Amino acid sequence: MATPFYVAPEQMMQDRAEYARKGIARGRSLAAVTFDDGVLFVSENPSRLLSKTSEIYDRIAFAAVGKYNEFESLRVAGIRLADVKGYQYAREDVTAKSLATAYSQSLGAIFMGDGKPYEVELLIAQVNGPTTPVELFHILYDGSIVDERDVVAIGGEADAITEHLRTNWEEGADLAGALRLAVAALTTTHDRDVTATDLEVSGLDRTRGRRQFFRLDQEEVASLLANT
Amino acid sequence: MTDTSFDLGPLLPRPFGDRESSFTSLVTPSIVPDPGSAGAGSLHDRIVDGTTVLALRFADGVIVAGDRRATAGNMISRTDMRKVFPADRHSAIAVAGAAGPAMEMARLFATELEHYEKVEGDVLSLDGKANRLAGMVRAHLPMAMQGMVVVPLFAGVDAHTGEPGIHEYDPIGGRYLATRFAVSGSGGIVAAQSIRHRFDPAADLDTAAGVAVTALFDAAEQDSATGGPDLVRRIYPIVAVIDADGYRELDDEAVAALVDVVVEEHRARA
Repeated sequence: MATPFYVAPEQMMQDRAEYARKGIARGRSLAAVTFDDGVLFVSENPSRLLSKTSEIYDRIAFAAVGKYNEFESLRVAGIRLADVKGYQYAREDVTAKSLATAYSQSLGAIFMGDGKPYEVELLIAQVNGPTTPVELFHILYDGSIVDERDVVAIGGEADAITEHLRTNWEEGADLAGALRLAVAALTTTHDRDVTATDLEVSGLDRTRGRRQFFRLDQEEVASLLANT
Repeated sequence: MTDTSFDLGPLLPRPFGDRESSFTSLVTPSIVPDPGSAGAGSLHDRIVDGTTVLALRFADGVIVAGDRRATAGNMISRTDMRKVFPADRHSAIAVAGAAGPAMEMARLFATELEHYEKVEGDVLSLDGKANRLAGMVRAHLPMAMQGMVVVPLFAGVDAHTGEPGIHEYDPIGGRYLATRFAVSGSGGIVAAQSIRHRFDPAADLDTAAGVAVTALFDAAEQDSATGGPDLVRRIYPIVAVIDADGYRELDDEAVAALVDVVVEEHRARA
C-alpha cells in the first residue's frame, strides 16, 4: 500500500487559494456602485442569456464572477433559502446578512473539503430606507466575508477597479452617474472600448415597489451612457 | 426543511434534481400541514368560510372581484376579508371556501410563481400557472374531503403573448378554461346569473367593473353568506384589473362610485 505524500497544511491552503484565484482571474470583473436610489451592478458580459446578477428577494440582490455553473447553483440555493425563510416567518425577516453568512459558511466548507474549491466571488446587496446606507457583503472563494461601503469590485482585476471607484465616487450620484463611473472603472485595466452591448447592468432601486431588483436593457444603458 | 440555519448544503441544486424550480417541493411537508392528519368534522361550525368571488373578461383584459364577508356557521366572522390577491405582476388568484387553507393556498401560490420566476429568470405562461394551481387544489383534496373545501379562481394576462385568460376549478383539482366569465363560492350561482345578462366581451373597464359590482350586490341579496357593500363602515368589494399594464386594484373611491350607481338603480326600482 502506497503511503500518501505529506503536504504541509499551509502549502495545501495556498495551492487551493491560488487555484481559485487563477480561475476567477480568467473571467471579467464586476463593479458595484451605490447611487441615490440604491445600488448598481455593472459587468462586461458577452452573453445576453447567462447573467452574473440576479434578484434574490424583495430588497436583496446577488452578483457573482467566476465559474458559471458554480455561482449559478449558489444563486439558486440563495433564492431557496430566502423564499423558505420569508414564507416561514415574514418578508422583512429575510436579510442580506444571514444570506451572506450562509454563503460564507458554505464556501468555507467547500474550500476546506475534499473536492476542488469553487472559483467564484460573490456580492450580496440589500437596500433599506432612504437614510440607511446600502449593505454590501463581499464573499471570497474561501468563505472570507467583508462588508463593503459605497463601492466595490469583484473579479481578477478587482483591486485596480476598486481603487478607481473609491477615488472617483461621490455621494448622491444618480443612476447615469453611477453607470458612467462603473464603466470608466471597468475600462481602466484594458484599452478595449466598451459599448452598451457588452454590458450587463442591473441593481436595486428602493423607489420601486415590493420587488426592488431591476435590469436595464441595452437601449436603456446606451441612452444613459450617451447623456453626458 | 424547517431548518433555516446557515447551511446551504441541502439547498444546493442537484443536476437534474427532482425539485427543479418549485418552491412547494422545498417546504412540504413540514411547513405546509400534512392534509391527511386533519379531522374537521366536529369543527364544522367554527371553520371560517369565505364566499363569493368572480372573474370576467373585458376589452383590455380581465377583472377579478370578491365580496368581503367571512362566515363561521351561521355567524358573520369578518366583514373586511380579502379574497382577491395578486398572484404575480400579471395574474390574480381569488379564493372561496375554508378561509384559513384558502388564504394559505393564495400565499403559497404567489410564492411559488415568484420563486419560479427568480430561479428560471422568466415567468411561467398563463397556462403553466393555472396548471400549477390545479396541482395545489388536488393536493388539498384530503382536507376538502373533510369539509374544508377551497375552490379558487385564477385569471390574468399571459406575460409573453398578452392573451388574457380565466381558469376555474372544482374541489378535486379539475381545471376549466372560461371563455367569458367564472364564479366561485356560495353566492356564485346568483352572481353568474347576474353577469350572464350584462356580459359584453367588448365592454370597457368602467362598464365591466360595474357588471362585477352588480353581480356581487345581487349575490349578497340572495345569499346570506355573501356580504353586500358596507355603506356605514365604507367597506367595499375588492375589484382587481389585469390588463397589458399588469395587476392593479381599483381604489375605494372608484369602487364606491360604482356601488353608488348600483344602489341608486335598485332604489329606483324598489
